[in-house]
Amino acid sequence: MNCRLSCSQARVLLLLAALGFILLHPPAAGAVAPWSSARQFLADAGIDSSGFFDLRAGRRLVDPVHEKHTSLAEARLQVELNADFGWGLVKFKNDFLADPVTDDYLAEVRELSLILFPLDFVDVKLGRQVLTWGTGDLLFVNDLFPKDWKSFFCGRDTEYLKAPADAVKVSVFLDLVNVDLVYVPLFNGSDYIDGNRLSYWNPLLGRTAGRNHVFHDEDRDAFFDEDEWAVRLYRTINGIEAALYGYDGYWKTPEGFNPRSGRLIYPRLRVYGASVRSDLLGGLGNLEAGYYDSLDDRQGDDPYVRNSEWRFLAGFEHELGRDFTGGLQYYLEYMSDYADYQRTLPAGMAGKDRSHSIFTLRLTKLLLNQNLTLSCFVYYSPTDEDCYLRPKASYKINDYWLVEGGVNLFFGRDDYTFFGQLEDNSNAFLATRVSF
Amino acid sequence: MKKNKTVSFVMGGLLLLFFSLPSALLAAESLTVDQIVERANLAAYYAGKDGRATVKMVITDAQGRTRRREFTILRYDLEDGGEQYFYVYFKEPADVRKMVYLVHKHPGKDDDRWLYLPALDLVKRIAASDKRTSFVGSHFVYEDVSGRGIEEDSHELVETSDQYYVLNNVPKDPRSVEFSSYKIWIDRKTFMPMKAEYLDREGQLYRVVEALEVKDIQGYPTVVRSQVKDLAGGGQTISEFSRISYDIGLKENIFTERYLRRPPRAARR
Repeated sequence: MNCRLSCSQARVLLLLAALGFILLHPPAAGAVAPWSSARQFLADAGIDSSGFFDLRAGRRLVDPVHEKHTSLAEARLQVELNADFGWGLVKFKNDFLADPVTDDYLAEVRELSLILFPLDFVDVKLGRQVLTWGTGDLLFVNDLFPKDWKSFFCGRDTEYLKAPADAVKVSVFLDLVNVDLVYVPLFNGSDYIDGNRLSYWNPLLGRTAGRNHVFHDEDRDAFFDEDEWAVRLYRTINGIEAALYGYDGYWKTPEGFNPRSGRLIYPRLRVYGASVRSDLLGGLGNLEAGYYDSLDDRQGDDPYVRNSEWRFLAGFEHELGRDFTGGLQYYLEYMSDYADYQRTLPAGMAGKDRSHSIFTLRLTKLLLNQNLTLSCFVYYSPTDEDCYLRPKASYKINDYWLVEGGVNLFFGRDDYTFFGQLEDNSNAFLATRVSF
Repeated sequence: MKKNKTVSFVMGGLLLLFFSLPSALLAAESLTVDQIVERANLAAYYAGKDGRATVKMVITDAQGRTRRREFTILRYDLEDGGEQYFYVYFKEPADVRKMVYLVHKHPGKDDDRWLYLPALDLVKRIAASDKRTSFVGSHFVYEDVSGRGIEEDSHELVETSDQYYVLNNVPKDPRSVEFSSYKIWIDRKTFMPMKAEYLDREGQLYRVVEALEVKDIQGYPTVVRSQVKDLAGGGQTISEFSRISYDIGLKENIFTERYLRRPPRAARR
């Protein structure tokens, strides 16, 4: 037995020790007083500042396949600065991250943007920013902005599901309709499950792979050529929030394969969609639909590029009791040209069903003067026969300190379905955060 | 003199208090219950065309632990006693900083409410039914902030003292609320609701909302300190209002999704 600790294991232990200490000895509110004076200093200079320090550790609940036992171990400092110059606003949000699991020690700009108001009815936001729209709850139909699924599955804060994009967003506010137009000069994909940190089903190998077979893709890197456009038109009509969406760019995850290079590719994609959201039966209801037009495989007969498909989403949220809410969603992906897909599917490859549906359930209960939040989010797919459970508890010790713990549990009948492939990544995590 | 025609009543007046009646109107002649309640509603919620205030809350739980909240409230009236908008911008504590709570109040039907979560850049619509839940963990409830609906209670004048009209109020739909009735003390000069006592379903007093200090601001009597006591669970919340001003010329379009993402200066300062 090898008793020596590797450098990264030592760091993980150090992190866990620090986390344990904070959990056992929650610091008093006064411990963050130095931040207050720093904030005041910046405020006097016209800069509004805030941020947090976050320690987080997680471990796999089952033996990993080609991954570390530790699923998460990181220290993160986020600093956000905002300045209002009258003619415009500048926003800056930076994360400093020490992550021994992937050996990343880096500074990551989450936002660096300039907001201008060229006309009374026009806002322009330039630079790195997090973008989102649509009506789904942790399901996305017309939101084609980058996501970070790894962060989501390993127990980071939900904030990190939304990855930033370098974009220009022009918002026009008219009586008839409001328009958001987003231009991304260089395609920005989602961070998908590629074998780093989380193991996955590798269809080429026909088995589960991890760090031994990290998926590589062919980056799109031609500025102003491999670009993205997204548009939303929205208005409220008699209390019903209605929106139309359009997107022109690429599949956000590499839904294509280049047999010559053996690498994944991001095929072209256009999406047209619509949504409505409104009060319904004492709760809130929403409907959303989108057509994913896979431009590189419009006939559906290219086995290496994902077919076009329809996506539908229906949701309903209702209060079940005091400080207790429940939400249900039904989501469907329905493949176009299924006969062509089946006809051209390479021999020996596991074929997909024509439709892929998911039900989600969210339950949220607030306790102890809303300082304790118990929540559970469940994805269940009857077509894939897999599911994903996200129970979580978080407690605000005082106005500054928060502790939370949760579990990410994956189950599936088959190893090759979306959640089923993640079964060996089921994990539990603990975290503490101080905000300033 | 029980009246069945129901009227908007506003415990939230104690929280928000924007007064709108010239004192010349405060005649001493006897008023109907409807008139008293309507005037109290206007006094508590409809001062000026619009208004702003900075609110500092201290929430004390049954064990004596305290938590603080600081936010700015902007209000805009479309019509006195009718539709109005509220924009609540959070400044403290840090984990809720820059969050915005937006209400489009529609007297007589469900309000539209949204919460903006800046970390996710997400505009979340809130289901309309849970108006009696705690507002940001305090002992105030959402309904205290934006006002209790006009048709929701029957009102009865039970006492007229030198200083107060005392009204008893019974919800028309008892299942929709946690109280069986509440009694309210309305100042006869200013029509400001000064105190409210809530009885639970067993008829026990369990919640008291009180105006602790009233000041004249731009000619409008304005509550600058108020308190809620939870007699059943223990604990209390005290709200202090500062930097209050009325008729500041807020634009109606501030109360839209656009300004959730880009809070106006009136909210941030």
